[in-house]
Amino acid sequence: MSTTLSAVETVKQQSRFLRGSLVESLADPVTGALRDADTQLLKYHGSYQQDDRDLREERRQQKLEPDYQFLIRLRLPGGVVSAAQWLALDDVATRYANQSLRITTRQTFQFHGVIKRELKTTLAAINASLIDTIATCGDINRNVLVAANPQLSRFHAEVYEHANAFSQHFLPATRAYHEIWLDEELVAGAVEAEPIYGPTYLPRKFKTAFAVPPLNDVDVFANDLGFIAIIRSGALLGYNVTIGGGMGASHGDPTTYPRLADVIGFITPEQVIAIGTAVITTQRDWGNRSERKRARLKYTIDDRGLDAFKAEVERRAGFALGPAHSYAFEHSGDQFGWMEGNDGRWHLGLRIESGRIRDRNEKRHLSGLRAIAQIHSGDFRLTPNQNLLISNVDAADRADIDALVAEYGLDGHRHSSPLRRNAIACVALPTCGLAMAEAERYLPDLLARIEAQLAVHGIADAPILLRISGCPNGCSRPYLGEIALVGKAPGRYNLMLGADARGQRLNRLYRENIDESAILAELDPLFARYAAEREPGEGFGDFLLRSGIVATATMRVNIPVEMHT
Amino acid sequence: MSASAAPLTAPLSDDKVGLLTRLTDGLDSPALWWLSGYAAALATHPNASRVPLPGPAREASASQRLTIVYGSQTGNSKRLAEQLAGRAESAGLAVRLLRADAYPIRELAAERLLYVVISTQGDGDPPDDARAFVEYIAGKRAPQLSELKFAILGLGDSSYPQFSAIARNLDARLAALGASRLFERADADLDIDSVATPWLDQALQAARETIKSTVARSSVTALRPLPAAIAWSRARPYAAEVLANQRITARDSSRDVRHVEISLAGSALSYEPGDALGVWPHNPAPLVDAVLAQLGLDGNSHVQHATTSQPLRLWLSEQRELTRLSRPFIATHAALAGNAELNRLLSPDHSGHLAKLLADYQIIDLLRAYPAAWSAEELVAALRPLAPRLYSIASSQKLVGDEVHLTVAHVHYEAFGCAHWGTASDFLARQSESHRIPVYIERNERFHLPKDPSRDVIMIGPGTGVAPFRGFVQERTAVGGSGRNWLFFGNPHQRQDFLYQTEWQAALKSGALNRLDLAFSRDQLQKVYVQQRIAENGAAVYDWIEKGAQVYVCGDATRMAKDVHAALVDVAMNHGGKPRDDAEAWINALQQQGRYARDVY
Ligand code: SRM
Ligand SMILES: Cc1cc2nc3c(=O)[nH]c(=O)nc-3n(C[C@H](O)[C@H](O)[C@H](O)COP(=O)(O)OP(=O)(O)OC[C@H]3O[C@@H](n4cnc5c(N)ncnc54)[C@H](O)[C@@H]3O)c2cc1C
Ligand SMILES: Cc1cc2nc3c(=O)[nH]c(=O)nc-3n(C[C@H](O)[C@H](O)[C@H](O)COP(=O)(O)O)c2cc1C
Ligand code: SF4
Repeated sequence: MSTTLSAVETVKQQSRFLRGSLVESLADPVTGALRDADTQLLKYHGSYQQDDRDLREERRQQKLEPDYQFLIRLRLPGGVVSAAQWLALDDVATRYANQSLRITTRQTFQFHGVIKRELKTTLAAINASLIDTIATCGDINRNVLVAANPQLSRFHAEVYEHANAFSQHFLPATRAYHEIWLDEELVAGAVEAEPIYGPTYLPRKFKTAFAVPPLNDVDVFANDLGFIAIIRSGALLGYNVTIGGGMGASHGDPTTYPRLADVIGFITPEQVIAIGTAVITTQRDWGNRSERKRARLKYTIDDRGLDAFKAEVERRAGFALGPAHSYAFEHSGDQFGWMEGNDGRWHLGLRIESGRIRDRNEKRHLSGLRAIAQIHSGDFRLTPNQNLLISNVDAADRADIDALVAEYGLDGHRHSSPLRRNAIACVALPTCGLAMAEAERYLPDLLARIEAQLAVHGIADAPILLRISGCPNGCSRPYLGEIALVGKAPGRYNLMLGADARGQRLNRLYRENIDESAILAELDPLFARYAAEREPGEGFGDFLLRSGIVATATMRVNIPVEMHT
Repeated sequence: MSASAAPLTAPLSDDKVGLLTRLTDGLDSPALWWLSGYAAALATHPNASRVPLPGPAREASASQRLTIVYGSQTGNSKRLAEQLAGRAESAGLAVRLLRADAYPIRELAAERLLYVVISTQGDGDPPDDARAFVEYIAGKRAPQLSELKFAILGLGDSSYPQFSAIARNLDARLAALGASRLFERADADLDIDSVATPWLDQALQAARETIKSTVARSSVTALRPLPAAIAWSRARPYAAEVLANQRITARDSSRDVRHVEISLAGSALSYEPGDALGVWPHNPAPLVDAVLAQLGLDGNSHVQHATTSQPLRLWLSEQRELTRLSRPFIATHAALAGNAELNRLLSPDHSGHLAKLLADYQIIDLLRAYPAAWSAEELVAALRPLAPRLYSIASSQKLVGDEVHLTVAHVHYEAFGCAHWGTASDFLARQSESHRIPVYIERNERFHLPKDPSRDVIMIGPGTGVAPFRGFVQERTAVGGSGRNWLFFGNPHQRQDFLYQTEWQAALKSGALNRLDLAFSRDQLQKVYVQQRIAENGAAVYDWIEKGAQVYVCGDATRMAKDVHAALVDVAMNHGGKPRDDAEAWINALQQQGRYARDVY
């Protein structure tokens, strides 16, 4: 491993705590882009510079620079938004962005298509709704996931508090964000420091999730740091701690790979911040700062050894983790329709295809949810599967909401197949700079073709989990899909098969770099056999493994046996 | 015409080349032609110790001499004046040809025979090179001219309310100063030659009669080489191949601006940045159809006009103006339509309404609004011959070799519920690769870069006005030199309408462009234009100019040029501490010295 720092490290080092020359970059009228170094720093402020890739070549010929625009990602621990905030965000989306709100696989909203000249105004408008975008991107702790689990509302509230506190605690200390976007007075001569992160923050992005069994909607094992709520006899005892999860890989580079997190033990709720600090600072000091491809926590653990890492974490925390408790995940998907919480309030689960909320022909989702927000007294909850919960509804108000849901075509979950309800696609083209193939824009057609196949084999109702990503970075967590397409080139994908639907077993590469017709041709016989040979309740991924069609999975999570009673 | 071409071809020793360059530098075309004739004479009498120095003006007294003064913005008057001088000279007359701003105005009092060829610009303004000339004659200090015989040819465009106003006023004023009119003034419309040619014949005739020719000169004038006659010209355009036609505004822009690349390979045509390319267009087919349909005429019917007989459709698509309205046409149409309202518009007291009609209506709109029965013959006779359009050249041959690039705003818009086109811009926008189009080079000496590459230049070119400055920057980069380049550009939207954005970005990076100030008018609530940017940077602008910078303005004549002019005057007041009068004197002086040049349309 080389020891020269990666370029990004130098940028961070010289950034004066994430300020760089962002102000100058924003003021330059000759381009809609930022200076290179500033594009790195902007991430820590919650935004990525992108360009509309559909227009790239056309604009090059027009002697115009790429159509630079900015993605803005909100910090919404647990994906909770009040009705009032919803209306504010809706306004931002229509005024400054591309008339859409995009629910991400990390339970927050993204705006796309904001131009440089309006970036500051847009961020100010967002902050005016008491929502910020700090550290939603960059080498730092990202938006914290919390199981959306509506039935167990009481625990949700409790876990949400811990997650929220965690998110707050691990924010950067610099005031750069407030100075640049919110015109906060520079405190003269105030020497800044980052007590937790230090001046160069982490070697790489860092992701944290809180899961509440029996649902693994947060895909806790895909996170750098995870907390699995352990609930016994109606009380939250604490959490099993998981470390070292991550999806990202690069085609043709075996030193990069998806990895599921390891469960390293149990902690009480009071110990959450301490463990977080220990894991984060150990990764800060041990992580690889010369090779970004190998800088995630998962590689630090594999390079140093899990036991060594755990020992260091316990040393820094000042206490040893308890033995992990048993838990069981049933699946990683969402539930739809009305559900009653154990506090007697109601929650409506809505399917939002690829998390993209906008008005399109009879599906006027943006307008519909605006209308609902105007009458809704509770809040909204985004899910890590890109879906939406209208939460904390009084029984009395259900009818009004149902009416709007029907009027604006928000009732997709009622008519769509299980396949369609569970599928996840990442954003990919045209905004994602790393996309190699389509994902979000292609998903609807792909699903239609596969639905047709399933229908032929009489298994239209099979709850198969399909995920598609435009590149191997895996933003839709494709390596946890029973069927997954991972983009390799326009129209061509790697076909991956055999994950479970609980986020506990990775799939395997089945066919490399094939196009749609080849994909369908590969799947059809498998559907035929699944229809004929599956056991009651057996998932497609499990079947592929049992039948030997897919060799034993690369990696599964160890489930500890119950230790306490 | 540039003297710097001599060393390339001349079989001379370096010091002779040096002398030759010094001799020819700055001479205008007649002078150079005359010189070539003189050299030819020497060549034909090698051992003659002294060839009599022939020469227009030399020792010929005012009474024996014809003086031709021209004022020209886009070169038409210049071309005609040169023709006249050439023919007069061949006829053995002593003639001196001068651009108005080179005319020693004090000599006017002593002048005996004066021809003026002058166009009207702006909104009835003189061409930039004739401002001082016109002002002097119009002013109090103008002398009595009872000894002077004169004649005037005006150039104009009858679609402007102030048709040939400058020539008209000059004509009246000279008479008022006691000068005697040799023969009636003529005002040439866009179909210049139909009026100009007879006037030139008459002018030559009258000049002959007024001053007897002197033999000595004819021997030499006979020796004049004729290469220029062979070259491609407005009258003999070159069929140039279109190499590229690329839209350079974004798909969601409200404007369609094209970058057009044309090949001059094999034509021997050459240009300098600042020159313009003349383009002979055809009218859009749908417009021709619309006119035929509206008038119920048959495009295939043969129509005889003057000496030519050809199908009506051909007349309309290739030889007649079908867009720009003209006052005479409105008059004829009004007569045919027998429409009271229209006739009222033509009466003097409604000139306002008429001006508005000329501005808003194209010919088709008039035909639709006031139906009238036209015969094909009447129509062809009444419509003005199709005139070429000029486009600033947006390239430097030092970079693009024998290509010429243009930046063309495609005029096409909806009005009165139907599509409208600009003849030439639509013609160009329609061209695809390998098509051939008739073009010629229109020199514009007054808009060339300073010969000294260490001079700074300030370029103000919003919209398509940026075209020549693309050529300027290419040229200055190729030449090298320490002069700084500062560009002011503006358009509606940064994202959609930033013409040549990537090239300017590269030029800034490489240092080829030192400053770029932008005004995107509709990117914020209050509109901002280049003149605001000039004001904001007033101190620097003034400093550059005081350090010798040349200022160039190109683009919209109606508003931009005026506002920029005002902004520059303010700069001199606010940063040069000059009272308004001095500031205006200052800028006029710059204009006289050719340090403030405009190419506006
Ligand atoms: C919006 C979102 C996908 C979606 O459809 O929802 C997304 C979108 C992008 N991800 Fe992601 N990632 C998103 C969740 C994920 C996940 C899933 C998760 O976190 O549970 C992963 C896999 C888990 C992991 O991190 O390993 C993920 C792994 C990546 C990677 C690979 C990281 C790695 O370690 O290799 C990149 C590329 C990188 O970081 O270099 C990436 C980079 C990107 C960028 C910012 C591309 C870029 O760097 O220029 C994408 C912006 C596209 C766009 O136009 O919006 N994104 N990204 C998700 C936003 C989450 C959030 O709100 O924070
Ligand atoms: C020296 C010089 C340099 C020039 N350089 C350039 C250059 O670099 N680039 C360039 O694009 N042009 C340039 N022009 C202008 C160009 O010569 C033409 O005048 C222009 O292209 C319009 O001509 P057209 O034949 O397309 O339209 P025309 O057929 O001449 O005009 C059609 C009629 O439509 C109307 N009209 C015209 N424009 C509009 C409009 N925008 N909106 C509404 N109605 C309109 C008017 O009534 C006009 O009479 C230059 C002109 C001059 C004199
Ligand atoms: C910007 C502009 C303004 C003009 N204004 C007038 C005008 O007010 N009156 C007129 O008769 N002609 C006007 N013309 C037409 C010119 O006089 C005509 O094109 C003439 O042929 C130009 O001759 P020149 O090349 O010698 O300047 C205008 C032309 C331009 C480009
Ligand atoms: S998976 Fe790749 S293509 Fe899809 S959003 Fe992430 S980075 Fe972009």
